[in-house]
Amino acid sequence: MGWIQDLVDPKSRRWEEFYRNRWQHDTVVRSTHGVNCTGGCSWAVYVKDGIVTWEMQQTDYPLLEKGLPPYEPRGCQRGISASWYVYSPIRVKYPYIRGPLLDFWRKAKAQHSNPVEAWGSLVQDEQKRKRWQRARGKGGFRRTTWNEVLELVAASTLYTAKKWGPDRIFGFAPIPAMSFVSYAGGSRFLQLIGAVNMSFYDWYADLPNAFPEVWGDQTDVCESADWYNSNYIVSIAANLNMTRTPDVHFISEARTNGSKFVVISPDFSQVAKFSDMWIPVKAGQDTALWMAVNHVILKEFHHDRKVPYFDKYVKQYTDAPMLVELSGDATNGYTAGQLLRANRLAHYAGVENGEWKMLMMDQQSGAPKMPKGTVGFRWGEKGKWNLKLEDGLDDSKIDPVLSFLDKHDEVLKVGFYEFASKQQMLRGVPVRYVETAKGRVPVATVFDLYMAHYGVDRGLPGDYAKSFDDLGPFTPAWQEQYTGIGRETVTRFAREFARNAELTGGRSMCITGASLNHWYSNGLAYRGPINAMLFTGCCGVNGGGMNHYVGQEKLAPQAPWATIAFALDWTKPPRRQQSPTWHYVNSSQWRYEGDFTEYAAVPPNAKFAKGHAMDIERDAVTRGWMPHYPQFDRNPLDFVREAQAAGAKDDQAIIKSAVDQLKSGKLKFSVDDPDAEENWPRLWIIWRGNAIMSSAKGHEFFLRHYLGTHDNAIAEERAQGKTKKVIFREPAPRGKMDLVIDINFRMDTSALYSDIVLPTAMWYEKNDLNSTDLHSFIHVLGAAVPPVWESRSDWDVFKAFAKAVSDMAPLAFPEPVKDLVAFPLMHDTPDEIAQPQVLDWTANECEAIPGKTMPHLRVVTRDYANVYNRYITLGPGARTDGMSANGVQIHTEKFYDELLQNPVAVSPDPRHMRCVEWNGQKYPSLEDALDACNTILHFSPETNGEVSHTAFEHESEVTGLPLTKLAEDTRGVRMTFFDLTRQTRRLLTSPCWSGETNNGRAYSAWTMNIDNLIPFRTVTGREQLYIDHPWYIDFGEHFASYKPKLDPHKTGDIRLSPVDDKSLILNYITPHGKWHIHSTYYDNLRMLTLSRGIEPCWINDKDAARIGIVDNQWVEVYNDNGVMVTRAAVSARVQPGTCMIYHAPERTISMPKSQVRGGRRAGGHNSLTRTRINPLQLAGGYGQFTYGFNYWGPIGIMTRDSHAVVRALEKLEW
Amino acid sequence: MDIRAQVSMVFHLDKCIGCHTCSIACKNIWTDRKGTEYMWWNNVETKPGTGYPTTWEDQEKYKGGWVKDGDKLRLRLQGRTEGLGNIFFNPNLPTIDDYYEPWTYQYDELFNAPEGDDQPTARPISLITGKPMDIEAGPNWDDDLGGSPIYASNDVNLEKLTDHEREQLNEVERLVFFYLPRICNHCLNPSCVGACPSGAIYKRGEDGIVLISQEKCRAWRMCVSGCPYKKTYYNWSTGKSEKCILCYPRLETGQAPACFHSCVGRIRYLGLLLYDADRIQETALADEANLVQAQRDIIQDPFDPLIIAAAQANGITTQQISAAQNSPTYKFVKKWGTALPLHPEFRTLPQLFYVPPMLPVLGKMKDGIYDSSAVEGMGQMLNSLEKARIPVRYMASLFSAGNEEIIKEVYRKNIAVRLYKRAQRVKDITAEEVQQALAIGKTTPEECEAIFNLTSLPTMEERFVIPAMAREEAIEQSLDPYTHKPAAGFGYREAPARRF
Repeated sequence: MGWIQDLVDPKSRRWEEFYRNRWQHDTVVRSTHGVNCTGGCSWAVYVKDGIVTWEMQQTDYPLLEKGLPPYEPRGCQRGISASWYVYSPIRVKYPYIRGPLLDFWRKAKAQHSNPVEAWGSLVQDEQKRKRWQRARGKGGFRRTTWNEVLELVAASTLYTAKKWGPDRIFGFAPIPAMSFVSYAGGSRFLQLIGAVNMSFYDWYADLPNAFPEVWGDQTDVCESADWYNSNYIVSIAANLNMTRTPDVHFISEARTNGSKFVVISPDFSQVAKFSDMWIPVKAGQDTALWMAVNHVILKEFHHDRKVPYFDKYVKQYTDAPMLVELSGDATNGYTAGQLLRANRLAHYAGVENGEWKMLMMDQQSGAPKMPKGTVGFRWGEKGKWNLKLEDGLDDSKIDPVLSFLDKHDEVLKVGFYEFASKQQMLRGVPVRYVETAKGRVPVATVFDLYMAHYGVDRGLPGDYAKSFDDLGPFTPAWQEQYTGIGRETVTRFAREFARNAELTGGRSMCITGASLNHWYSNGLAYRGPINAMLFTGCCGVNGGGMNHYVGQEKLAPQAPWATIAFALDWTKPPRRQQSPTWHYVNSSQWRYEGDFTEYAAVPPNAKFAKGHAMDIERDAVTRGWMPHYPQFDRNPLDFVREAQAAGAKDDQAIIKSAVDQLKSGKLKFSVDDPDAEENWPRLWIIWRGNAIMSSAKGHEFFLRHYLGTHDNAIAEERAQGKTKKVIFREPAPRGKMDLVIDINFRMDTSALYSDIVLPTAMWYEKNDLNSTDLHSFIHVLGAAVPPVWESRSDWDVFKAFAKAVSDMAPLAFPEPVKDLVAFPLMHDTPDEIAQPQVLDWTANECEAIPGKTMPHLRVVTRDYANVYNRYITLGPGARTDGMSANGVQIHTEKFYDELLQNPVAVSPDPRHMRCVEWNGQKYPSLEDALDACNTILHFSPETNGEVSHTAFEHESEVTGLPLTKLAEDTRGVRMTFFDLTRQTRRLLTSPCWSGETNNGRAYSAWTMNIDNLIPFRTVTGREQLYIDHPWYIDFGEHFASYKPKLDPHKTGDIRLSPVDDKSLILNYITPHGKWHIHSTYYDNLRMLTLSRGIEPCWINDKDAARIGIVDNQWVEVYNDNGVMVTRAAVSARVQPGTCMIYHAPERTISMPKSQVRGGRRAGGHNSLTRTRINPLQLAGGYGQFTYGFNYWGPIGIMTRDSHAVVRALEKLEW
Repeated sequence: MDIRAQVSMVFHLDKCIGCHTCSIACKNIWTDRKGTEYMWWNNVETKPGTGYPTTWEDQEKYKGGWVKDGDKLRLRLQGRTEGLGNIFFNPNLPTIDDYYEPWTYQYDELFNAPEGDDQPTARPISLITGKPMDIEAGPNWDDDLGGSPIYASNDVNLEKLTDHEREQLNEVERLVFFYLPRICNHCLNPSCVGACPSGAIYKRGEDGIVLISQEKCRAWRMCVSGCPYKKTYYNWSTGKSEKCILCYPRLETGQAPACFHSCVGRIRYLGLLLYDADRIQETALADEANLVQAQRDIIQDPFDPLIIAAAQANGITTQQISAAQNSPTYKFVKKWGTALPLHPEFRTLPQLFYVPPMLPVLGKMKDGIYDSSAVEGMGQMLNSLEKARIPVRYMASLFSAGNEEIIKEVYRKNIAVRLYKRAQRVKDITAEEVQQALAIGKTTPEECEAIFNLTSLPTMEERFVIPAMAREEAIEQSLDPYTHKPAAGFGYREAPARRF
């Protein structure tokens, strides 16, 4: 091998300097990506010659406890391509306005010296308004200046507030956790002017409704390191490689450590590669599989053999031993109703909140007892809201009876409705009788009812399955017809799962992703596996539990952040809107469907579960279950002024006037007539997100009804005559929005379709904070370079908005004005015990009482001239009202006063905090994003040990439990922004969250509850297997159950679209993709190069062959909602009958024209979807079923239930 | 005995998630320039699949690597009588279509399109012609396309399978894919070096990194043809070939190469091996079935005093020897034998080794109902070589020149590690079952612990044991470091460019 010599000769090697020089750089700055991905990865951004060149992952995360693999490096292919954006050709460098609007505005300005009037003159001119609306999305942008835009923004804001009301102004930005302060800037501005923030987590269908249902919590999950603690991991409809890219290593590392990994997924997905066993369940049929799993677990681990660990767990931490009242008779069978309430019994007749305290049968006394910890204790006397098995009246011990099988008064036949076969099964349930004020009533335990519900044969009479091969519900044999998975596999899987939990004390885990949550019956899809884990004691255990990772929902320092973000330091309550219901109503999508029961399964003879979802939504608003803005058909500022003029002396009188007028019909809820001009949303500000494409379910309807530009929907309107309460106006209004402003660093679809595009700082150009649920660290976005060209940070953009509005305020509002704010019954407040029954004051079923039977009404003052001053200072409310998160209240006086010690200083500083003075008063500064970051860190129990200790003190009083010990060891810890630029820091244990993290313990949801007996924020205070809200009983979802997958012929996606033998109707699935985070990075050349330059439509090889499609061929994918054109990716790994287009492509990139829709530019993935709501999820006024922003309500579901036609594109046309 | 030091690599494919973060880390730093657009020094392929450039493994087509010709090696590129006399003839070069035509988009349309009656969109345009183009290929074209009738089915390695086995890979019972990240193998017997008529390619003495001198390269492109892994690339702008440099500027400063650092699946390991350069020829000439073992044999025990003495005699420093002793790659490749070379039959003695992936057990389909055919018994719940989704023969085609027994040994050992660890944590595996697995896997509890530790728990520092590069000594040969220090960065010379 003579010629292969190692070379050491220095001269020949001098050229090596070439590559060495490239590697050299000038500075490295810590930052991250403000993108909705859950990664929360800390990055090193390299700067050379003052230019951002590339990024690499930071590798300085503190280690967790010994034996856990390290986190680092964290960061994925998308994150590492971010530097491409900074100077890229898609970067928004300057402010832009579309030509027609700019011309009109300049002319109007010339004619009107008052810019507010100038804006008025434009929007009142319908021809002009239509003109700029029609131009939306069709080119014609012109570069303008910040000053010109700011004047227009201020004028339109003030005009709209004065003419229609501030609740006609809306702002949307997703997921604050990805950049806390960037979100907070916009929301703070909006709340200070009385405008509305739109929710996101539910709108994305990321909110797992089952979490509020079962745990009374928005979502809480383990950090990814805790996966490693599990010995049996099941991935359900999740694709960890795609979406949890920096975390997947924990799976392979756990596998090497002997953990089993099972993947349940219709396609052979990227994560299936890791599995020991892949279960190719049919798309959308997971629930059936889990019903059978639960059948096996209950039979073999709770009946044939008792597992002490499981038995103890369900008694203490779940509602399994609670008593359910049965009603009915022997002939027709009994039905399971609500939980029996303590005040029904003579013994507990006089207890406080007795209507909201439940009962268990006590083994020793043989009598019902009233355990502590139920919701009645939460909002009553202090110190009894805990999970000790003690009677709330006399503190006596309770030994709960789980089942009456061994000792019962009678066996009654109880009816269980099975939705797939539409059959009522009658099954014997052992009952005891209890004496109540209204006589003797039969009661059963939740446990016994579940045994019957699952059809587990315990020798009782009725329709029970005799074996696992019995085809009756819900056996392993039964599920085969839906899932396509053999009974042996399911039985084996159930046994392994439960046995593992038995041997490890609950270390069996499920990981779920968006795909499971995007089906219509999403709650049931989750309650199946949750039931399995509750019956096997896996929740609240490290290495166990239900872990739903969808959306970076965990903004760890929630309490101070919320105070700043919603301007609670200056004015309460905020206006916060539930987005799915809002878009369903305001984008007029409700008009395109009939009764929801056309496609949704409900029990026979339902009282509530019927009619048009729009009417039910209206009821939910009037009952105070859901928010809806605009509130009323009148400007709330005008209303207050007129009420005062009519003699209302104080706030109470104004509110009374509103109630009276609502009752008389003189004042109407906007939701009663959403298409009337006075009820339209008018201004829409979008920042940090892609509201018009990526998340816009029913994108084409957005274009039609919000924007008034061209669209490709052909769906027919079907609601006429179907709505009984809500007015159906003809014709449907097109173009409700006067003005759409997009604040962006890329020219994405939302920017392209907006009237104004403002350049914002990219993630490497601003200071901000970031956290996630996938790990337990907090870290920063840092400015590696200043905002490039004319861009500004979001905080500074909205500060400029605030300044412009304040400066112009004298032209519209020379004095502070009063505003009437309506808002719903809220979670984590005494509203949780407002409505034991479902009653309608508009139908005279009860009195109209604000905050009880209808929305709260509150009068607040808007001071437009001081919006700017308030924006830049932390107001006194932050001191007097304290701060709160997830139901935990924190006293803040001393922490606020600490800040007042800081000097009034000019320059922002990452270490030093400062004050601002205005009107002779000194306040803590929020002038700069650095101030806002440090203020959050200062007040947060997660980053200030003393705050955590203070909060635990308060929690100890509330629960009567010794909890401050959890904060002792970290009491002295403080963090500043500067500290976080040096190293990512681990979050402290905080009562605002449910996991304990001391000494490097991996965060896992509910471990603090389980270890310390802290109740869950539910009606029963326990993890709820059974949901007794009358609404749920009526909809048949009081039990975890199986409802059939929606029939595509009934959902109406394909009524008018052409289908022939060259096309196929396929279930249209849009999982998260590999090359983008939602639509971010979709237009990034790096990602487009590593994919196919486009997001293809994945189709099964045999399906493709049937319609003559080959790999990479252009295809049209369409239905009545719209059309998308892309290319095919053909593979056997896709399940037949389905097609996948990974969420979320942009129609700005490489999108040809559609042939089936007449040669118009085709749309994006959301052109094929539509917003519908599941009215079950409107339930409110009751325990955990009370409203919380991004916590509760219908989600933007049914993306997975969509079907589309796929065919070859006939002609490629650009 | 001629003991030398080689920086070597292990990629643990069981951990690879196919995210391509590695590819972009590399691209951002090294190949984001004119002439390098199509280059991916680091790329990740879906297997079964055809890869980048397409079907690169097919040496019938590309003629890369060495062939055994009696008791001699020769470049496949050259017939018996050909050689340096025939350098103008290079018919086996991949064309741009074998790679892909790089593209961008008309992004400016979105800002500048005049108002029209429809929405503007950014069409793809060629980075070669500047004109609108149809994208028909890319550097990762068959990504995740397991079960593709065009790509997965045309994987060269499937030739060893029966027709029935090949068809099954498109059925739900056996459908499977996994990822194969690839960089330059920095071979001990690099055919690129052998093929270069200009003497521009060399192995660095201190670490064995293979480099193409941007000074000496004369654009023959024989390295492109000669490399069987197609890991050298021609820069059409500078007229020089370029390839992975194992981020030597980072290694020289104690940092792992960018693709290693950024590997978020934590699959990568880097460490020093000591090998006997006198044995390169005999190793490369081993029979196919023995190639893997021969490659293990050429690696020397860094604790052996004789080897240490020989190494020191060759100028290998104490720090380097210490690095070799701590080397994670030595453990995977030599001590445990669980990391294998990619296509050893190319006879270049690649220094990048792969731990083959565990894949889900196969299933059975009957009357439309799928059952997983997991072997019975809780103790056997984890995995099974016998019921693996992909035939052992396929893995053997990739990693052992067809020797199936070597593949089986690796899997048996790795399965034993899992069972041993599970038995520790969960009492659902009997001691007998564990003993049996250890015996079959030819391993011990101590070895299982060690394999587990380095697979599951390592920090960055444990995965990348970067030898000290003695930079002051290297620089000293041309310039006193005291003089070099104030001049560092001012440079010797200009960037590579066409000079003809």
